[in-house]
Amino acid sequence: MSTTTAPPPRVETPLRRFAAEFAESRIAVGGLVVFVLIALGALFAPWITPQNPYDLMQIDIMDGRQPPGTSGGAGFTFWLGTDDQGRDMFSAILYGLRISLLVGAGSALIAAMVGASLGLIAAYAGGRTDSAIMRLVDLQLSFPAILVALMILAFLGKGILNVVLALVIVEWAYYARTVRGSALVERRREYIEAAHCLALPTHRILFRHLLPNCLPPLIVVATMQVARAIALEATLSFLGLGVPITEPSLGLLIANGYQYMLSGHYWISFYPGIALLITIVSINLVGDHLRDVLNPRLKR
Amino acid sequence: MTVYLLRRLFQAFGVVVAMSVLVFVGVYGIGNPVDILISPDADQMERERAIRALGLDRPLWEQYVWFVANALQGDLGRSFAYNEPALQLILQRMPATLELAFAAMILAVAIGLPLGLYAGLHPHSPASKAIMAGSILGFSLPTFWVGLMLIMLFAVHLGWLPSNGRGATAEFLGVQWSFLTANGLAHLAMPAFNLALFKISLVIRLTRAGVREAMLMDYVKFARAKGLSPRRVTFVHVLKNILIPVVTVTGLELGGTIAFSVVTETVFSWPGMGKLIIDSINRLDRPVMVAYLMIIVLMFVVINLLVDILYTVLDPRVRIEGKAA
Amino acid sequence: MSLTLEVRGLRTHFFTRAGVVKAVDDVSFSVARGRVLGLVGESGSGKSVTGFSIIGLVDPPGRIVSGEILFRGRDLTRLPEEEMRQLRGNRIAMIFQDPMMTLNPVLRIDTQMIETVLAHAKVSREEARARARDALGMVGIPSPEERLSAYPHQFSGGMRQRVAIAIALLHRPDLIIADEPTTALDVTIQGQILAEVQKLAAETGTSLIWITHDLSVVAGLADEIAVMYAGKVVEHGEVSAVLDSPLHPYTAGLIGSVPSRNARGARLKQIPGMTPSLLNLPPGCAFRSRCDRASPACEADPPMRELAPGRNARCIHPLLPAEA
Repeated sequence: MSTTTAPPPRVETPLRRFAAEFAESRIAVGGLVVFVLIALGALFAPWITPQNPYDLMQIDIMDGRQPPGTSGGAGFTFWLGTDDQGRDMFSAILYGLRISLLVGAGSALIAAMVGASLGLIAAYAGGRTDSAIMRLVDLQLSFPAILVALMILAFLGKGILNVVLALVIVEWAYYARTVRGSALVERRREYIEAAHCLALPTHRILFRHLLPNCLPPLIVVATMQVARAIALEATLSFLGLGVPITEPSLGLLIANGYQYMLSGHYWISFYPGIALLITIVSINLVGDHLRDVLNPRLKR
Repeated sequence: MTVYLLRRLFQAFGVVVAMSVLVFVGVYGIGNPVDILISPDADQMERERAIRALGLDRPLWEQYVWFVANALQGDLGRSFAYNEPALQLILQRMPATLELAFAAMILAVAIGLPLGLYAGLHPHSPASKAIMAGSILGFSLPTFWVGLMLIMLFAVHLGWLPSNGRGATAEFLGVQWSFLTANGLAHLAMPAFNLALFKISLVIRLTRAGVREAMLMDYVKFARAKGLSPRRVTFVHVLKNILIPVVTVTGLELGGTIAFSVVTETVFSWPGMGKLIIDSINRLDRPVMVAYLMIIVLMFVVINLLVDILYTVLDPRVRIEGKAA
Repeated sequence: MSLTLEVRGLRTHFFTRAGVVKAVDDVSFSVARGRVLGLVGESGSGKSVTGFSIIGLVDPPGRIVSGEILFRGRDLTRLPEEEMRQLRGNRIAMIFQDPMMTLNPVLRIDTQMIETVLAHAKVSREEARARARDALGMVGIPSPEERLSAYPHQFSGGMRQRVAIAIALLHRPDLIIADEPTTALDVTIQGQILAEVQKLAAETGTSLIWITHDLSVVAGLADEIAVMYAGKVVEHGEVSAVLDSPLHPYTAGLIGSVPSRNARGARLKQIPGMTPSLLNLPPGCAFRSRCDRASPACEADPPMRELAPGRNARCIHPLLPAEA
């Protein structure tokens, strides 16, 4: 059954076609919009929030554990309540988002660079280099992320940089495997052959010719891994092994509220959790649809 | 088959060796071994005596041999906090963790398989869309936060289920189990469901994808053309093909479930290995950490091996190729 | 002469997001008891969808829009699903194109045969197994008892197709729809299977619809031939008459493309262009863009006309017998 559609008359650049296909899913567009709003909120947190939750001059312990909607002494309403120190939860959440997003996106970016480079090298060099790198990938992937991260942090101690390092070590293998897979396919194409004939330097072939053509699956994996990294960071922080108390991420905010939950002060833990949830779900919705759009196997 | 098995065994052995080197470098290379192996309360004289006694002045490879020799005899050091052999400490907590992990796996298949089957058979129905949206949530929700919400709802708000501990246990095969008493089951319910959540989503997605793929296969259409009842087509022809990937992945996930129980055990104060390891990390009880890591590695290798064998039994194509090899 | 099957004005359309695909658009033909109809066309001409429409296995987004499928007098398009299921594999059987894909890889041959017996007959498992064994023997599988407990991947492609045929024959159906069952096989195996099916159909009085794109297969096997193009039957008649003097230019083109019919060294004739997309097909003769006899009159739908006794074609400018 042939179901080929006539191409639309206007000029189609790959980017425009991609955008059009992405826009087909309203849920994914919604996810993207929500995520952009969240990211902007985190970026401009100091200008949006009614208080700086970590400036001791601005918080009042007398406002501690106020339920959502109460007006505080500082002259504004605590729409999401306050924590035990009297911090406005809305402000704390936006500041926490900055840490969560920074750690998540930062680790995903570094892991993508490390993993993609190793994947490219493996695919391009082949032979022993390839099998050595891929063995390492297999070994890495056969152990659950949480466990590896836990152990690294147990030995290195808390800290934002240590968390990022742990996440990079946990994540690089996904990128390496993905990039190697598509690079192996691309390597046999004529344009690489042509680049060889022109005697271009290896690094130029790798990063200028091979890498751009491996980008679609890499983007999909990266999107999903950002969400994973944010969730993992939150989990590690909840367990007390992630970011330090001076730079609390959403996970740490949730952990701090945990002890008050049993006494009915649910909001201290609940709202940071909702913020974390919305962030991760919105990224996953985008990633889920990106995979459908960018995966040539699923093309109709 | 034997050749295949031997090769797999050899690979498994390789992984254990590689991991023991990694753990060794992690403990002895990155961290200061003196801190790890000698109680922080010891004074300077004691420390130096211990360093010589433990052979820490020897070259690294010699220390590694010594580490492996001890490990092979089941000696992975003594816990500072409990003053007990670390290995024994972990083995005591293992049944609680295994019970939780297996309960979660059973829940995952019992809930995920029917939902995935339904979503695969009726991909466009509103219920299926709800199931798939739920599975994205299941993937996205951080386990620990769901655990907190479960406690808030069922323990604090409704008061239906206890929020922590194992509850009453009964002995079976010389080990204490929660699932044998009503009280224990009530304690097990929330943590098991919490731990299962991610796997439920996974099983739903795998099953749905498998069903949708199988439904397009000629053999399913042929089965329908034979006039079989829809029930037989679904539960014999489709399901049997789907079970292979689902069982494989579920089995492979058992290790991940055990590892992830660290989080659930912390949230629900479940006295298993996961809770022990978090407590040990917070107390800097490094011998326990090392022992835990080695046991988990071993467990993983064994699970992967068992899944491979199970896979061979389930899929006749693999079985025959194995025989031919 | 009693008719096993009569299809009248069948339309099966697929409602895709991109538009309506009229895969089968006003198709009519009939098959008498014990006769073989060759349903010929290129891929995408709607011949397989016609087969699936008859056996009631058109999956969404496709559905039968209108028309009648009279099977021994009963209209299958109006039959409840459960009654239709009882006919499938029992009175109407189907053989698929790719024998490597039709048998379930994880079920043993006996399971897949016995379940077919038990779906339509109240017999014991032993009896069902005996019938399965007999059917395997009938299609020429050596030592059928042993082969019963094998898995599909232990059979070659030809052997698998024989198993599929054995399954189709289990209940001695009145009609077998064979959807290109030999295209995926080696030529020698093809010949064997063809002869086997022909013999079995003749013995059991089974009618046969043989779907194929290969005219040489039809030439030796079928009694009648229906040529399909873009969802329509464009020519219909006795097989020797159609092959010797086709009326429709498309049929003539198909015959001209068969290498063996051309003299050695002569240029192989070919039909220019490609099969049109069935999506939003404009009205008129779908073949006109590839036809050297086309005229402005072809922009109106040509009706099916009886141009000679027992010879029908859907063409305004049919070939005269001398031209072919």
